[in-house]
Amino acid sequence: MQFIRNDKREKLPLYRAADSSQKQKPKGGGGDEPEAKGDGATKMAKKGDELKEEMDNLVDEIDAVLEENAEEFVKNYVQRGGE
Amino acid sequence: MAITSIMGTEIEYGIMVKNDPDFDPISSCVLLVNAYREDPAGEILWDYDQENPLADARGFQVDGEKYTPNQQENIARNKTLINGARYYVDHAHPEYSSPEVTNPRDLVIHEKAGERIVEISRREAASKLPADATMLVYKNNSDRKGNSYGSHENYLMDRRTSFKQIVEHLLPFLVTRQIYTGAGKVGSENRNHPCDYQISQRADFFETEVALDTMVKRPIVNTRDEPHADREKYRRLHVIVGDSNMSEYTIYLRNGVTAIFLRMIEDGVIQKDLVLRDPVKAIKQVSHDTSCSRELQLDNGKKMTAVQIQKQMLDLALSHTASLENPAWVPDVLEKWADVLACLERDPMELSEKIDWVMKKSMIESFMERKQLDWQSSRVSMLDLQYHDTRPDKGLYHMLERQGRALRIVTDEEIAAAIHQPPEDTRAYFRGECLRRYPEQVFGVNWDSISFANGDEPIKRIMMAEPLKGSREHVQDLLDRSPTAEDLMANLQA
Repeated sequence: MQFIRNDKREKLPLYRAADSSQKQKPKGGGGDEPEAKGDGATKMAKKGDELKEEMDNLVDEIDAVLEENAEEFVKNYVQRGGE
Repeated sequence: MAITSIMGTEIEYGIMVKNDPDFDPISSCVLLVNAYREDPAGEILWDYDQENPLADARGFQVDGEKYTPNQQENIARNKTLINGARYYVDHAHPEYSSPEVTNPRDLVIHEKAGERIVEISRREAASKLPADATMLVYKNNSDRKGNSYGSHENYLMDRRTSFKQIVEHLLPFLVTRQIYTGAGKVGSENRNHPCDYQISQRADFFETEVALDTMVKRPIVNTRDEPHADREKYRRLHVIVGDSNMSEYTIYLRNGVTAIFLRMIEDGVIQKDLVLRDPVKAIKQVSHDTSCSRELQLDNGKKMTAVQIQKQMLDLALSHTASLENPAWVPDVLEKWADVLACLERDPMELSEKIDWVMKKSMIESFMERKQLDWQSSRVSMLDLQYHDTRPDKGLYHMLERQGRALRIVTDEEIAAAIHQPPEDTRAYFRGECLRRYPEQVFGVNWDSISFANGDEPIKRIMMAEPLKGSREHVQDLLDRSPTAEDLMANLQA
């Protein structure tokens, strides 16, 4: 199912260091939870974990579809020159 | 703005067949293109008669042989579609030329419709191959072995604008715009400096500033002068430096900003001196610098980064458009252009949902980090290629889009409709509708004409030299009154 992303929704950085000025992408609609009264370090660690999980999910999906014999495939991909 | 912005893109795709030792690209392309059937489909020629690829915009004619296939070959290699597009075999590549549109949003819709058509035909063609062979098609520009194939943009311009002016302003624009139009590439080619990853698939292949050729010693500014329209009034600017883009946001920005910039050239408002000392060198410097912070040498002694040069152009665009009545897409494109340049200045990686090269780099780096790979790994090269795979279930751009990691500009419904429906505001409408209504009577087609056969009578050709004429508004009534092609001829001559 496709949808048009609203420009103002928070973006999930795919590969960034955890950064306290970044907002998190809500997972499964849970983005409206009240702010935890933990310290900054706990929040950073939690954010880092969520980012890592997102990245893992991405990599898993890539793994599922990536061409198996990459070396041979890439070697055999030859095109004639075009315009 | 000076003229309504008519534009279109023609894109060569890469093709291969897995597990076929006798793979021949040309016959595979013919199989691919013919696998796309519109019903009923006529046996229609592409009318090469008026094509003149050897005409040079600097005012002369080059000696050479024009390639014109014989009739049978012609029909096998060329399909003109009911959405006004042309789907054909160009040397050893399948190529899709979008119909003429008036704005960058429609351009996105039709370029994406082209991708769908290519994929539909790929699936159909693949089903005709032996069981373990698979046909694969890629919307990219490079095989990493020194061969490149193009994504070309076409923009209609006022003929009165001097070509010299076009060249002077276009060179720095095209060299620097890749910071938001590049499709990204692992490694370098064509005897350029080695690099891990660069911004553009095509930059390495540009060896001259201005020239007619499109296949060897490629020029940043191409001088092909085939307007496919009234040549007293119009020029068709043929831009060959672009990358094949997957991201809708990138395509939109690419065509939108370029159209605005060309209007500025036409209106003579580019007063700033942004001429580069060595554009051919600079195009690679920009591409090889993913931080977008490297300073380029201007001819006047100053140094500026690509972002700074583009910002100067944006400033000019903002002040010029403020004095004009603009179509709705213009302020939208300007806003996005400004936003993207601001991000590029802070940190290009902020654009990982908008700009192809950043999206691809971000994806590859995530994979490399998790799998402990480096840029030389063949799986990394595979990621680069598979980003451009047309299959929705395997193509990595499509995967990112599905995951909500690619900002979109248009909807799937709009793209699906454009597979069968031409744009309504250009002559593509007339072309597409004639093909839909009278497929058996159409004899030949070109961008600016369509001809009909009726038994033994001489072929009748309708000239369409005005890209804005032939729109739905102009011809709906005529078409509705013409159930057959004979009626159409009679009504036109009445």
